[in-house]
Amino acid sequence: MPFPRLIPCLDVADGRVVKGVRFRGLRDVGDPVELGAAYLQAGADELVFLDIAATVDSRGSAVDIAAQVAERVSIPFTVGGGIRTVADASAVLEAGADKVSVNSAALARPQLIEELAATLGSQAVVVAIDTEGGRVRSHSATRDARRDTIAWARECEARGAGELLVTSIDRDGTQEGYDLDVLARLRDAVSLPVIASGGAGTAAHVAAALELSEAALLASILHERPARLTTLRAELRELGVSLRDAA
Amino acid sequence: MNVAICAYGAGNVRSVQLAFQRLGAEAEVAEEPGAVLDADLAVLPGVGSAGSAMAGLRDRGLDVALRERAAARRPILGICLGLQLALDESEEDGGIAGLGLVPGRAVRLRGGRVPRIGWAELDRGGETYWFAHSYAAETPSTTATSEGLAAIVERDAFLGVQFHQEKSGAAGARFLERCLSRG
Repeated sequence: MPFPRLIPCLDVADGRVVKGVRFRGLRDVGDPVELGAAYLQAGADELVFLDIAATVDSRGSAVDIAAQVAERVSIPFTVGGGIRTVADASAVLEAGADKVSVNSAALARPQLIEELAATLGSQAVVVAIDTEGGRVRSHSATRDARRDTIAWARECEARGAGELLVTSIDRDGTQEGYDLDVLARLRDAVSLPVIASGGAGTAAHVAAALELSEAALLASILHERPARLTTLRAELRELGVSLRDAA
Repeated sequence: MNVAICAYGAGNVRSVQLAFQRLGAEAEVAEEPGAVLDADLAVLPGVGSAGSAMAGLRDRGLDVALRERAAARRPILGICLGLQLALDESEEDGGIAGLGLVPGRAVRLRGGRVPRIGWAELDRGGETYWFAHSYAAETPSTTATSEGLAAIVERDAFLGVQFHQEKSGAAGARFLERCLSRG
């Protein structure tokens, strides 16, 4: 197995990195390219950029983000937000991203996953699942998607998804720990890599998630401070988590 | 030294170009067989599925150009799917014929989480690179493995890597630099 991955997540709106708790109360916390480059230096294994404004107001700037980040960042990154078609996704990858993340668009039209996998390859297709109480939420978790989380995860795999990015909405931003129960159930339900998201507050939380999944998405725990990633990596090593040597 | 990166509708051309440019190399995107033949180093990148990628090469006549280069023992670097396309055949998409630059076939990964995504070491104390693949080469031309899977394949002037050195940070840049100096 490859090393467990630590993946800082940058929420982007109008070209700036923003932060809010449970998708609300956004504030500006920096430039996506500068912050991405700083996380690379601090030992990030991959990066995720989510254009959180795109799905809500149907505006797509994912390609711009991908092009700017690719100039500076020499590790893999995923771009999500506002991607609805194969053409949208291809443009993001051609700009230099490695993967696209789809969420509401895949729920609205699950066939999209197959189309993306056929054109881009499964390894480039991340399906983001926002989950609360075992049920899927859509549109930045504002709506009930009327689907069971495990059943939807299995369907995503069958349709050709390459990874699942699973965010526990009730934990997101709380720093109370990942939802280990949903991660354990997903581990048994699918054979895809799973990226755990939502709730990390301590190194022990991250270590527990990495026992059950291949990667941990890091947002609130880093507070947009790359130096925290460096210390977190050291703490995880103390806890016996085997991370790559990022030098 | 000039580098021609084959553009045939299969993904990561821009990332590869940026990685070479960061090292100060002249790297042009090439869709014409002539440009692929003339360059000091031809790069065959690739992400996506083998069937549509081979069709993309054929549509542009790049398959013929790459075979000519290989026959003349002029350097080619194949990355990820680019390595798998250089083989005789691939199991992917119901079975397809490859370029036949390297003996062997690409087979579906069995066991572990698939796709295999993430940073992994080369066996026997090698560097750590980023991988993202569902198929791997089975070939006698393998010169380095990662967890037992072909990671580097060398045959005459063809060098193939299963990992994405263009996305492997400092270690990837060191590898690309070595490719440039041998090209």
